[in-house]
Amino acid sequence: MSYLPYALAVWLFVVGLYGVVTSRHLIHLTVCLMVMQSSSYVLLLSIGYVDRGTAPIFADVPKGTRAVDPVVQALTLTDVVVSVAVAALLLAVAMQVRRRHGSADPEQLSAVKG
Amino acid sequence: MIPLQAMVIGLVAAAGLAVVLTRDLVRLALMSSVFGLLLVVLFLVLQAPDVALSELVVGAVGFPFVIAVAIALDRSA
Amino acid sequence: MSRRSRLSLFGVSAAGLTALLLWGIAGLPDFGHYRGPYGYALNAVAPTERHVTNVVTATTFDYRGFDTLGEAFILFAAALGVALLLREERAESHSLDHGVRSDAVKLVGLALLPVLLVLGLQVVAHGFITPGGGFQGGVVLASAFALVWLAGRYRAFRRLTPTPAVDFAKGVGAGGYAVVGVVALLLGTSYLQNFGPLGTAGTLASGGSIVLLNLATALEVSAAFVLIFTEYVEELALVPRETRL
Repeated sequence: MSYLPYALAVWLFVVGLYGVVTSRHLIHLTVCLMVMQSSSYVLLLSIGYVDRGTAPIFADVPKGTRAVDPVVQALTLTDVVVSVAVAALLLAVAMQVRRRHGSADPEQLSAVKG
Repeated sequence: MIPLQAMVIGLVAAAGLAVVLTRDLVRLALMSSVFGLLLVVLFLVLQAPDVALSELVVGAVGFPFVIAVAIALDRSA
Repeated sequence: MSRRSRLSLFGVSAAGLTALLLWGIAGLPDFGHYRGPYGYALNAVAPTERHVTNVVTATTFDYRGFDTLGEAFILFAAALGVALLLREERAESHSLDHGVRSDAVKLVGLALLPVLLVLGLQVVAHGFITPGGGFQGGVVLASAFALVWLAGRYRAFRRLTPTPAVDFAKGVGAGGYAVVGVVALLLGTSYLQNFGPLGTAGTLASGGSIVLLNLATALEVSAAFVLIFTEYVEELALVPRETRL
């Protein structure tokens, strides 16, 4: 039971990978990639969790209260915001592909044309 | 691990599977927003309010905006 | 290779990957029994050393400020990529967007716009006291600009976000972060070391150079997201020089 969050991270990663491999539309592929990305957030945050700990913000609780790890939270919060910009870039690529080749299906986009 | 955390973890797993299995694009936009909202709850339950705030603003404004415009362009092209 | 054989190959390798990952997470410490000394040390030291109460923001902009520099430049490059892909010469006069017609939507949008702006600025400014910071507040500010288009007209949105100003703001934000680190170098300490008066914890005047890095990041994140929104909206609203396929 205590490995449940880590199992969630593995589940999200494998399910997202399945979605990427069997995707039929580039937009669906990007969203599945975001699911895989969120598995890394879950893994990071679960590693830093301390039993009965509070958030690492000491504005209203006295210093020295048991708190969870702030380092993994710092890494995760920048990553969440940046991943949306990367998703926007991927969707822009998908839009251009749709415009140039008429289809956004990865199955039909196999050949590299000059 | 408190039962609230276990329940939210189960919901996030179900939402992740639902996002992957959705093929219709408009429903996909909605499902990804629901997935983002469940992630916010999970981050809160794991005592990470900063990360929850990031995911909330991104999942409410950033990502749905971009996906909706991409879907609209996909339909009109 | 047919699709069927590709999928069966994927099935086999996914099973192997899952087994490997599950074996890997079995070696992690139990959930809740965090072992590493770095987290406990930071929680004990950061409020007294840097006079900030939000240890996560202190970690983002001070103790691990170098990682945030990298993330800021990833954001810069991603927004730059979107601009490169989608920006093209368009006839500005032929706008297909006639604006929102419903008065209720316009009224609610107009009422929410100042609220969003103030909320964004508050989240940015109080980043090192309560949960918040440059990243979160920057996205809220960008969404305030997006609200102008969502509840109003494309032309009003464009007038509020002229391209040279947005580009300049994004560059100043990303470059400003790097320059603050160089100022620390010039003051004799190492790159991105905290400098400046530390102030009292719990007030807006605390943290030293964390304030400057926070502001630079907020500027950069909001400008990058406004740029992304602008490029996307232009795809919808304007007719390109050559006709679409």
